[in-house]
Amino acid sequence: MTSHCGKGPAPRVVVVGAGLAGARLAARLGADALLIGEEPYAPYNRVLLTDVLAGRLAPEVIALPAPAAHLRTRAERIDRAERVVECADGSRVPYGTLVLATGANPVLPPLRGLFPPGATELPGGVHAFRTLDDCLALSAAVTPGCRAVVIGGGLLGVCAARALADRGARVVLAQQGDRLMERQLDPAASALVREHLTRLGVEVHTECRVRGLRQHDGAVTAVELADGFVLDTELTVLACGVRPRVGLARAAGLDVRRGVVVDDALRTGDPRVHAIGDCAEHASRTPCLAAPALDQADALAAALTAPESARPYAGTRSLTRLTLPHAERPLDVAAFGEPDARPDDDVLRLADATRGTYRKVVVRGDRLVGGVLLGDLAAVGALARAWEADEPLPDDGAPPLHLLTHDGGH
Amino acid sequence: MQPSRPVQAAAPGTVTPTHCPYCALQCGMGLARAGEGVKVVERPAFPVNGGALCGKGRTAPAVLSSRVRLTEPLVRSHATGGLVPATWEEALDRVAEGLARTRAAYGADACGVFGGGGLTNEKAYALGKFARVVLGTSQIDYNGRFCMSSAAAAGQRAFGVDRGLPFPLADVARTGCVILVGSNLAETMPPALRYLTEMKDNGGSLIVVDPRRTRTAEQADLHLAPRPGTDLALALGLLHLVVAEGHVDEEYVAARTSGWEEARAAAMAHWPEHVERITGVPVPQLRETVRRFGAAEHAMVLTARGPEQQAKGTDTVGAWINLCLATGRPGRPLSGYGCLTGQGNGQGGREHGQKADQLPGYRKLTDPGARAHVAAVWGVDPESLPGPGRSAYELLDALGGDVRALLLMGSNPVVSAPRAAHVEQRIRSLDFLAVADVVLSETAALADVVLPVTQWAEETGTVTNLEGRVLLRRKAVDPPPGVRSDLDVLHGLADRLGHGKGFPTEPEEVFDELRRASAGGIADYAGITYERLAAGNGEGVFWPCPEGTEGTEGTETAGAAGVPHAGTPRLFLERFATDDGRARFVAVAHRGAAEEPDAEYPVLLTTGRVLAQYQSGAQTRRVAELNAAAPGPFVELHPRLAARVGVADGDPVAVVSRRGRATVPARVTAGIRPDTVFMPFHWPGEGRANVLTHPALDPVSRMPEFKVCAVRLEAPG
Repeated sequence: MTSHCGKGPAPRVVVVGAGLAGARLAARLGADALLIGEEPYAPYNRVLLTDVLAGRLAPEVIALPAPAAHLRTRAERIDRAERVVECADGSRVPYGTLVLATGANPVLPPLRGLFPPGATELPGGVHAFRTLDDCLALSAAVTPGCRAVVIGGGLLGVCAARALADRGARVVLAQQGDRLMERQLDPAASALVREHLTRLGVEVHTECRVRGLRQHDGAVTAVELADGFVLDTELTVLACGVRPRVGLARAAGLDVRRGVVVDDALRTGDPRVHAIGDCAEHASRTPCLAAPALDQADALAAALTAPESARPYAGTRSLTRLTLPHAERPLDVAAFGEPDARPDDDVLRLADATRGTYRKVVVRGDRLVGGVLLGDLAAVGALARAWEADEPLPDDGAPPLHLLTHDGGH
Repeated sequence: MQPSRPVQAAAPGTVTPTHCPYCALQCGMGLARAGEGVKVVERPAFPVNGGALCGKGRTAPAVLSSRVRLTEPLVRSHATGGLVPATWEEALDRVAEGLARTRAAYGADACGVFGGGGLTNEKAYALGKFARVVLGTSQIDYNGRFCMSSAAAAGQRAFGVDRGLPFPLADVARTGCVILVGSNLAETMPPALRYLTEMKDNGGSLIVVDPRRTRTAEQADLHLAPRPGTDLALALGLLHLVVAEGHVDEEYVAARTSGWEEARAAAMAHWPEHVERITGVPVPQLRETVRRFGAAEHAMVLTARGPEQQAKGTDTVGAWINLCLATGRPGRPLSGYGCLTGQGNGQGGREHGQKADQLPGYRKLTDPGARAHVAAVWGVDPESLPGPGRSAYELLDALGGDVRALLLMGSNPVVSAPRAAHVEQRIRSLDFLAVADVVLSETAALADVVLPVTQWAEETGTVTNLEGRVLLRRKAVDPPPGVRSDLDVLHGLADRLGHGKGFPTEPEEVFDELRRASAGGIADYAGITYERLAAGNGEGVFWPCPEGTEGTEGTETAGAAGVPHAGTPRLFLERFATDDGRARFVAVAHRGAAEEPDAEYPVLLTTGRVLAQYQSGAQTRRVAELNAAAPGPFVELHPRLAARVGVADGDPVAVVSRRGRATVPARVTAGIRPDTVFMPFHWPGEGRANVLTHPALDPVSRMPEFKVCAVRLEAPG
């Protein structure tokens, strides 16, 4: 690793954060970019951590293409006047253009006993599930037959529960809301995901608020529920969402709301500083998902390499996709927009209990506003195209059945 | 000057065993005398097609008819500006003068040469030699650049050699799974379909990748219909699943390849759901593909123009090769990667020196050893050989600029080149254009001198089919009076330009020189003779086939002491043709098309072929039966798109890109993606598809982006 403190020309673009967005941008820019990442690994694909936890992929296999230049240290401060990034290892990295791709942190819920007075680290037995280190720690801790509680029934919680079950753990999934993946799925689709997990041996509790954790000898041994029930546990996984990491940007005086605010050129208020990926807030949105992170990296790479032909970044509309692998019956889920219909909406729904499939779209006026495909994804291409293009649906009076069925038009 | 005495044509009543004039299968056929002309008879003993022929092959004698032929040289009249008949002496004098004048005024590189993948090996060889020795120009390339150049580049990168198929086509029938990427061979090479049918009958799986539900896709067990321009992402997604599902052949990867970790990392950046978003192919279909491909003991990937004719064609083919390498296929029996080369002599045409960067034997023009070897055969100073020149599109784009005069043989770029209206304008701006062709093609019609040449059944020569099988195409009929062979033309021009020796007109004499020039090269023909090619059933000889009796290291040979080298039907069984003998993974990442759709041009255009026509149609559009079957251009579009545009089946519709406009009848079908339209490119005029296509080039192969560009559709009125 070379540090660029006055030795030779500075790389044109310094990218802080070696997650999916940062690594993609650095790969696209090649030798023009220097990537700074605090994790002690080569950049890896975070999306695949569940596969690592499930034992489907070895940790080294999820490495992404190596960037041309990579500093493994934490960026601690940005000096915008000097145009230098100060790092934990003492290096000072000058930049022509700075890109913040600092990602997001797991949300730590306000649970009694999570942080006893004075504690700054998570107690023993409690794991977040965000980084490769988190994943390796969880992976090392899980043993066949061990008791595990996953707190949070969103996308990440469902994936984590599934992966732990794969490893033989006895998993309880505690979801505060009334159904799994409530932001993406309607009750019927959610019920099918729940069935799938239950078949794999995961015990799913909905409308189940966790009140606190009980520790013994510095390790959490039980999870207390709001209704007074207590779940014994050896492993507790926090899957309560993520929040953009904005500390560096805020300290540098950049405009920060939920995320680092950027315009359609993915630029902050400082024209030399950009932000992409989970940490960025574009058009008041912080989706914290892979598809927008990659789109933003590609858009910024295009803008930095060929500014004359660059198009403004117009936001990303993508489906939420979930595949729960299974030797015989993998479960595929695609969902987007609003899962629940309003009273005046048109709803098109096809359900096949025998095959365990469920397909639905919600139409408001001439627009598609939400939908889900579960178990039968033949129409996923058509549905994604319709959603991403946001075009008016044909007004020929016929229901847009092609969005749910494979009509030969792919 | 007299043309040389022709080889004696077959006597009346006898059958001449030969090969079809069209695609790279080079189906065996017999030509029997019938009245004044010839008729096609079956030649069942020839292995590739076993007697079967498509409509194009069956009707091939129609292009011999003097009614459609050029039978006398034409020169542009200074008085009227039109083309008028001339004697050969006058025509050749004009060409020689045109080239000499240009060279004198602007230098050697101001003369360009453009060849074709339909030329025999002898002609391709002689044309390359003519350019480099007589004209001294670096500016030579050929239309094969528009054909399989991406597969050629990817094959060389991965295996150290480019031979369309590294195994006989018949192996396809005995493999367990074929992924056919961007080939509509049921229409483009129908006699090959039987191998896929046999493979399925034997219990194998056929997976077809094509944005359209073609006749070939109809045969598939599984049809993946990616968005045009996303085949690269598709292959990466499949490789990702190969890793995740445990189908990597670790032992093979360790023993026979290099670069795996980087290639795997690239695939890890393309996880299935991400690939689904790029390609529109549902993840369950990706899983099913990997399940079939991974589980089969023997499996193949075959690519054609779909993935290759893209500005990222080399990387796209590389991604499919990576899939084969990770699963341990290449160099294993009944397995591996192959390219279905398109043009009749697309394979041989790229091996013997009409390519901008190559010398005969698939040697590199930049390799001092290669230059010395070939210069010795040619009797010239290696220093006198020019370096690499421009690729096909770049050469056409330079016409009228640096390149002021052009000699063109066996190609019709006015119809077949990308951004064809621009190319036509460049051709029109030349100081001098000479075209040697069989018919007055759209490009020939622009020439200052048109030289009528012999074709196929009227001349003898060798071709190398898509399997790397060198074949003898024999003369069956006398050419019409007034027509000369391309070799005669080159001899006549060389003679006029001060090179009376070195350009023989006898094909066998040229071939013997080609053998020497190729000796020791990658495509080594040294051990192949006309005598061997004519022997037995005429099943040909697979290169490499060195002179002598020793087998080539690392290749399967049946060579034994005292017996000539048997040729090499199967490559890579022991080692690859790279320096270290290992196949090379190349880490490739997906990138978008050169031109993505936007609000103004919201639809993707992809181009291709139909059953009854061939390439620019210069031959097939002159055959009545074929024209009846495929009378004209059209645009294929999905009913929902048709409804949105407001056109019904058969209505004229304008297809408009940033480069041009074509007006054609709509053909409404549910067998195409609603975001994509398809046009065949065989026709000139209003329906010329290539006025629309994008000239962005692949950085390695210099292949243009024929398969994807952005268009809008306009209903008339």
